[in-house]
Amino acid sequence: MSVARHPSAAPAPHDTAIELLGVHQVYGSGDGAVHALRGIDLRVHPGEYVAVMGPSGSGKSTLMNILGCLDVPTHGVYRLGGTDVRLLGEDELSRVRNRDLGFVFQSFNLIQRMTALANVALPLAYAAVDARERTRIASAALERVGLGDRAQHTPVELSGGQQQRVAIARALVMEPTLILADEPTGNLDSRATQDVLDLLDSLADEHRTIVVITHEDDVAARAHRVVTLADGRIVADAPRPAGAPRPAGAPRPAGPSRPAGAPRPASAPRAEDAPLRRPTGQGTR
Amino acid sequence: MRPGEVLLSALRGVTANKLRSVLTLLGVMIGVAAVILLLAVGNGSARQVAASIEALGTNTLTVRPESGATAGSSTRPLTVAVTQELGRAGLGHVGTVVPEVDASATAVAGTVSETGTQVIGTTPAYFTTSTATIGSGQAFPDAAARDAVIGTTLAQELFPGQSPVGRSVSVAGIPFTVTGELAEQSSVGFQDPNSEIVAPLATVQADLSGYGPVSDVLVSATSADAVTQAEDEVTIELDQLLGATAADQPFTVNSAGTLLQTRQASAQSFTVLLAAVAAISLLVGGIGVTNVMLVTVTERTREIGIRKAIGATRGAILGQFLAEAAILTLTGGVLGVVVAVVGAQFPVDGTTPVIVWSSIPMALGVSVAIGLFFGVYPAARAAGMRPIQALRTI
Repeated sequence: MSVARHPSAAPAPHDTAIELLGVHQVYGSGDGAVHALRGIDLRVHPGEYVAVMGPSGSGKSTLMNILGCLDVPTHGVYRLGGTDVRLLGEDELSRVRNRDLGFVFQSFNLIQRMTALANVALPLAYAAVDARERTRIASAALERVGLGDRAQHTPVELSGGQQQRVAIARALVMEPTLILADEPTGNLDSRATQDVLDLLDSLADEHRTIVVITHEDDVAARAHRVVTLADGRIVADAPRPAGAPRPAGAPRPAGPSRPAGAPRPASAPRAEDAPLRRPTGQGTR
Repeated sequence: MRPGEVLLSALRGVTANKLRSVLTLLGVMIGVAAVILLLAVGNGSARQVAASIEALGTNTLTVRPESGATAGSSTRPLTVAVTQELGRAGLGHVGTVVPEVDASATAVAGTVSETGTQVIGTTPAYFTTSTATIGSGQAFPDAAARDAVIGTTLAQELFPGQSPVGRSVSVAGIPFTVTGELAEQSSVGFQDPNSEIVAPLATVQADLSGYGPVSDVLVSATSADAVTQAEDEVTIELDQLLGATAADQPFTVNSAGTLLQTRQASAQSFTVLLAAVAAISLLVGGIGVTNVMLVTVTERTREIGIRKAIGATRGAILGQFLAEAAILTLTGGVLGVVVAVVGAQFPVDGTTPVIVWSSIPMALGVSVAIGLFFGVYPAARAAGMRPIQALRTI
């Protein structure tokens, strides 16, 4: 897949996963107003793996929340797969979040009193998938992230890395086209970080569009493209800094940040992808 | 999600925090049970009053001298002589006229003594006009004999396990012969009518009360329908006999009907009082439920944010909280009804509660409405937030 690297290029709309035009985000009003984003233009193509970097307060998380339809921009246009998100109603936005987006949070955001399996199955429930099918798909997603044996554990019984893998399984379970991860490894130790990054790599290899926010270089090193924010503006947009750009789907060389001999998660083979079918029901687009 | 699943997941939500759920349930239960039970007690006592007044007989009038006569009044007192004139007046709707004089004395038989025993001096017509009837033995002759008829409670106390008829009882040191025992009567007021002594009028006047005004005059109407006419006739005749006017009347005439009305009015206000207490307890219960619901939803705003972030619609979130609130309030409400219905089987201080059936849907409706509103309204607010706002909530 050939991927246009330059936002200035103007590809056909359906060839664009994400398109931001002149996006501003202002919190508050008057003298106390905080300009979190000051005119963001960004285009992400299907299958791209983008890392968004920047110091804290640069507007990374605000950008992520807008991309995830968790927040709406004050000004500007956000097109998701060619659809202007501002034109969508409340329930249509819920469907977009349910079917087209998979969100991975820094703080996992699992529901504490529910088991790992129930957490992963929740998006399927909101998509009206029947109960037996839900369990089957959610179990397969847990298998994929290597937690097949932890299905009945509640989040408090899991380590941070395991919780984040449950959250990734939840983000994957609806087979979304776009996966957004907001500092997914921010609360994890280095071992768990490797597991999570390997999972994201394997998703990128399936040509899913991935946007990951991070301030860690070893996380950004896995991405195809690194967008750097400062003070609410994009100050740099380039192919990943370490090593040559790696075409999506090509065999991956061992990254410099990966410890030699560190195994991939044993139970994350791509052969497991088959049971992960997009559930019945229509998408929003 | 299908309705069954929504209910199932709501049930899981409810059981996730057992203590809080139990407290909510308890709040609704107590509120509902209190309303139904208190109204049942009020209703029960009102019915009891009505029943005991009906037992008085519906064709008798009671004439009672006003104790605090108007200053400067020129009227004659209501004495036995006046009542005898009233009896001889030949009023069309009046049957018998029975004067009563009261005294209080100590009754002694053997080693048992009863202080403060009420002694009624009257004519033998008393036993046919009032609710006091002869149970065993016989009435006394209409003469100044030292004969007496005594109530059942007094008979039990003075002559335990024996018939009092033919025995002697000393009243204020004067020996009376017991000629009969009264049949048991139901109690209307605070005094037990089963512990009184009834003796001839002349004897009681001579020995105990003196020759002052009577304490009561019982007047029987010729029929239950003639009570109103009899009341008018007695009032006019007494005004003439005593030289009284409507403005300066030293007596009152009450029928069982008016007595019934007054008593029912007081029972009514008692019920209203209880209803007010019940309403307050329902309100307090409702506030408790509101509190728990608000805390629950506030605590779970983050959960609402998570659910919205993974695609829950506003409707789905509302449905979940509605189902949880409905489970809690309905279960509590139904338990409250059960507690009230069971509790109403037990008499409270001699009064058997009678459930007012319309209070059940009322109490249930109000508490369920409160629970649902305060369970759903804050959830609706949270569900209407942008997901990121809900997620930022701790």
